[in-house]
Amino acid sequence: MNIVVPIKMVPDLVEELVIDASGARLDPDALRLRLNEFDDHAIEQAILLKEKGAGQVTVVAPDIEGVDDALFTAAAKGADRLIKLTGNWNNGVNNHALARVFANFIKTLRPELILTGVQAHNDLDGAVGPQMAEHLGMAYVGYVSGVIVSDKAQVRKEFPGGMIAEMNVVLPAVLGIQAAEKPPRYVPISKVRATMKTAKIETFPAMELETAGAPTTVRLFQPETGARATMLEGDADAVATRLVEIFRESGVL
Amino acid sequence: MNSDIFVVIEHLRGQVSDISYVMLAAARGLANATGGKVIAVMLGHDVEALARDLAADRVLYIEHAAFADFSSDAYQRTLENVIKENAPRAVLFGDTTIGGDVAAWLSTHLALPLVSACRTFRADGSAPKFVSQICGGKMMAEGDLPAPTALVLMVPGGYKPEQGRAAQAPELVHGSAPALDDLRVTVKEYIEPAVGDVDVAKEAILVAIGRGVQNQDNVELAEELAKSLGGVVAGSRPVIDQGWLAPTRLVGKSGKAVKPKLYLALGISGAPEHTEAIGDSEMIIAINTDPTAPIFDIAKFGAQVDMLDLMPVLTEQVQQAKGLA
Repeated sequence: MNIVVPIKMVPDLVEELVIDASGARLDPDALRLRLNEFDDHAIEQAILLKEKGAGQVTVVAPDIEGVDDALFTAAAKGADRLIKLTGNWNNGVNNHALARVFANFIKTLRPELILTGVQAHNDLDGAVGPQMAEHLGMAYVGYVSGVIVSDKAQVRKEFPGGMIAEMNVVLPAVLGIQAAEKPPRYVPISKVRATMKTAKIETFPAMELETAGAPTTVRLFQPETGARATMLEGDADAVATRLVEIFRESGVL
Repeated sequence: MNSDIFVVIEHLRGQVSDISYVMLAAARGLANATGGKVIAVMLGHDVEALARDLAADRVLYIEHAAFADFSSDAYQRTLENVIKENAPRAVLFGDTTIGGDVAAWLSTHLALPLVSACRTFRADGSAPKFVSQICGGKMMAEGDLPAPTALVLMVPGGYKPEQGRAAQAPELVHGSAPALDDLRVTVKEYIEPAVGDVDVAKEAILVAIGRGVQNQDNVELAEELAKSLGGVVAGSRPVIDQGWLAPTRLVGKSGKAVKPKLYLALGISGAPEHTEAIGDSEMIIAINTDPTAPIFDIAKFGAQVDMLDLMPVLTEQVQQAKGLA
């Protein structure tokens, strides 16, 4: 089974998000990027499938800052092939363009299964997965939290309220991964470093970016915080004391 | 292109989801601005009666046995025709496990623009604008609603579901489905949520933990706190995905919506996928070390302390308070 996992980097929300002078986008110089966490689950799910049977896992990413670490980490977890797509990524890229780039390249790999994160927190024009599926003429199922493959894929798709549907999907297919069957494994940094010495990142040029299909952001702003929480001051002890008072006043205690 | 706003109604196993009513409320405002009608599109099998309380000018109901379950394939092919035939100004989908599988595919297939994570529309005299909630609820992105037909994935929070409910049944017309006998995506069976465990939707006091709990061992601190308060522990997505809490304890988009007397959110940032399910809580108290965490925007009280420091002392103080009472 030839499994391909396209991944993308997203702003790290732990850092402060700064809006640039245009007022319409995040300041790229103030951004720290990290792997989209759902893509991390997609990598894990691919490696779990590989471990259950024969298979090759190829991870594909646009060549932007921080992506080497993400790729080598995937290799340290068990990915077989690492690919970077070079292009003019400097001004950011929307998912419509990214899906075209991924589909255009990935079709040359002839995958039977494509696993990718079901979404990313900065998606403004839908997820990459279903768009790729259409370009490649494959079926798509998203919000997947478990996959078994044979001559078809059997997937667990999540619905609200904790209900799950077990679905049959004709291969080849694209699956949007919400959560891998097991949490993404931890690899020590020493192992990632060791992998860097042996693993190789292959580089291919991306097709010309074609951004049509996404909306244009005219203004980016922080949400209005009209009714912000009343903040309780002090250390944990002081906060606990105040909370007990609040619990009493509101009849919780 | 015409000026009508289409809303793809989401329903599962005989129930219309709240997001459908939220979208109808949003569509009404948009239709007032464009001068068009609100058309609810419902794909279903023997569920025509569900259309009764939809606040739409018209319901386009398409019946087919394949719609007994949700198949992305069946929805895509059917809605492709609906959009081509009607060329509405906008088509609204839930930014959900259903809409998410359909809208982005249609955007690519029909070469129509797509906006996701849309929370509200603005139409104050000028061209309608979308306002989307991104970056885990930390940023809002605003822009012109793209033309000719904007496909829009909507998140809850911007409109009240009650505004999308009607007292009188709307006019209903029947549409026809294309051939759907070679679907690539089919439902084999449903797995109901595990029973036997507590139902977080029915609990009065919830101690909810998020990523800030850091590891499984610390979950016990939350259990002790919940016990002292007479409540139970719930969690956000990362905690469930790590296997630290059972999936039945998940509060959020693919878990339960809750309405407790007290929702104590510990180390939960407040991403939209989570907060959409806690809005009906009587009181939300948020504890987070990140002062910019969006959870503070919806909480009544908040404190910027480490949940790991707070939990043991709070448990002790609650126990003491109860002993004195």
